Amino acid sequence: MKFEHYGFGIVKGLALTFMHLFRAPLTVQYPDEKLNISKRTRGNELAWIPEKCTGCGTCTKACLQGNIVLVTHRGEDNKFVVDKFEVDTGRCIFCGLCVESCPYDALAMGVNYECAKYRRRDAVLGKEKLTVSAEHLPSAYFRPKFEAALPKQSMLLYNKSDGGQKLKLFPLSKRKRGSGA
Amino acid sequence: MTLLDQFQLFLKTQGWPEWAYYSVPAIVAILIIIIAVLSVVIVFIWWERRLISRFQIRLGPNRCGPEGLFQPVATAVKILLKEDIVPAAADKIIHFIAPITVFVPILMIFAVVPFDAGAILVDLNVGIIYVIAISSISVIGIFMAAWASGNKYSFISGVRSIAQMVSYEIPVVLSIVGIALVTGSFAMNKIVEAQSPIPFILLQPLGFLIFFLGSLAEMNRSPFDLLEADSEIVAGYHIEYSGMKFAMFYLGEYGVALAYAGVITTLFLSGWQGPFLPGIIWFLVKVMLVFSVIVWIRSTLPRFRVDQLMAFAWKVMLPMAVINLILIAVEVLLIPASLQWVAMILNFGFAAVLILLWSKIYSLGGGRVEV
Repeated sequence: MKFEHYGFGIVKGLALTFMHLFRAPLTVQYPDEKLNISKRTRGNELAWIPEKCTGCGTCTKACLQGNIVLVTHRGEDNKFVVDKFEVDTGRCIFCGLCVESCPYDALAMGVNYECAKYRRRDAVLGKEKLTVSAEHLPSAYFRPKFEAALPKQSMLLYNKSDGGQKLKLFPLSKRKRGSGA
Repeated sequence: MTLLDQFQLFLKTQGWPEWAYYSVPAIVAILIIIIAVLSVVIVFIWWERRLISRFQIRLGPNRCGPEGLFQPVATAVKILLKEDIVPAAADKIIHFIAPITVFVPILMIFAVVPFDAGAILVDLNVGIIYVIAISSISVIGIFMAAWASGNKYSFISGVRSIAQMVSYEIPVVLSIVGIALVTGSFAMNKIVEAQSPIPFILLQPLGFLIFFLGSLAEMNRSPFDLLEADSEIVAGYHIEYSGMKFAMFYLGEYGVALAYAGVITTLFLSGWQGPFLPGIIWFLVKVMLVFSVIVWIRSTLPRFRVDQLMAFAWKVMLPMAVINLILIAVEVLLIPASLQWVAMILNFGFAAVLILLWSKIYSLGGGRVEV
C-alpha cells in the first residue's frame, strides 16, 4: 500500500516547510553582516611589499592588460629605486599573473571586494595605496605564507559547535549571526 | 440585540430625530469596519511576506520600521504615486469600473461577519447565503478587468476565473448546507452559538476540508492561483493596471483572504467564542491562524494545471460534498443533539474512508500506474 496515493505526499511537503520555521534564515544582510571570503581569493587591489621589490618590471611584462606602470631610476650601488608603481584597478582582470611572475615575492593579490568608486581616476592606485599594511592585507593566493594572518572563511551553514546559530521560531533581525557577523 | 441596535436606541432616548438616530450609528459602524479591515489587510500583507520568507528559510522585509512593519505602507505609497496607465486598446469605462467592482463586494462581506457577541452590522437570517452571493460579484469584476484590458494574457486569466469560480462555488455551498442542517439557520450569530460545546471543524471535518479548499479557490490563492499564474500569463487580469487601480486589486486580494478567513472562523472554528479572553481577541487570533495556514499551503504546494483544477472540483469535491451532505442529513435525523460526540466520531471515520476511497479513484490508473 503506497501512501503517496492517499494524500500523504502533500502532508510530507507541508511537514517539510513547517520544519523550515525552526531553521535559522540563510539571508546575509550584507552591509550589516559580512561573511569572510576565502583566504586564497584573488581580490581587488594588489598588495605591494616595497622592501622586497627590486623594480625589475617582470609584473609589467606579465600583465595582459598592460596595466601596471613602473617608473624607476638608478640609485646608489646601481640598484633600481621605484619612483612610481601604479595600477588601474578599473582595468585589472584579477588574473593573478603579475603575482605568479614576481621573482622576489614582492606582490600579492588583495582581499578587498568592496571596490566601487565614484570617479574613474580614483580607481588608479599608486604606491601608498598598494603598500601592505595592517588595513591592507595580502591574500594567500600563490603566497601560502600569508594564510595564517587571515580570518577563517565563514560559511552560511554553521554548526552549533562552530560558533553557529541558535534555533529560534521567528528570529529577529538584529540577531547575532555566526562567526562571519 | 446587537451593539448597533443599542446605539440607535440610546440616540432615540436622547431625543434625536428619526433619520439621525437611524443613520448616524450605521455610518459610524460602517466607517469603523472599513478602517479596521484596511488596517488588518496592511498587517496581513506584512504577515504573509514575513511568514512565507520563514517557510523558505529567508528573513523577509525587516528594514522599514520595527520588524519591517511599515513595508506594506511604503509599498502602498509607491503604488499610489505611480502613473495611471490605460492601454490604447482598452475599453476605458469598463477598465475604470472593474477594480471598484472587485473591491466593493469584498468590503460588503464584512457586514454579516460577527466580530464579537453582538458586534455585527446586520444579523441577516440568510447571512451565509449573502456572503456567497456577494462574493460572486467580484468574479464579474475580474472578468471585466480581463476583457477591458484588451490583452490576450488577461483574457486567458478572465476565462480561467469564470471556470474556476463557477466550479468551486457548488461544493462550497453544499458544505455550507451541512452546517445549516445541524444549526437550523443561515444566520451567522446562530451558527456561532450552535458551536458552543463542539466547533464544526470537529463535528464536520470533511465539510471543513471542502469549504477550506473551495474558499482557497474562491480567493485565488495558491494552489488555485491560475488567474495570476505569473509563470504562465504574467500577472493575469491585472496585467494592464497600475497606480490606484492596481492598489484596489492588491488590497482586494488580501481583503478577500481576510473575509474568507473570517467566514471560516465563524462557520467552523466557533467564531468569537473561547475561554478567558474577550471575543474580539479570539476572533482575530483564529483569523490569523486560518491565514497562516493559507500562507503555509501557498509556500508548499505547486499550482494546479487547468484540467486538474476542473477535475478536482467536479470529480473529487462535488461528489464528496454531496455524500457529506447526505450523511449529515441522516445523522441529524437519527442522532439526538445531546449525543453530538457520536456524530463527531462517525464523521471522522466517514471522512477518512471517503478521502482514501477518492484518492484511490483519482490516482492515475487506480493506483496501479507508477508516476
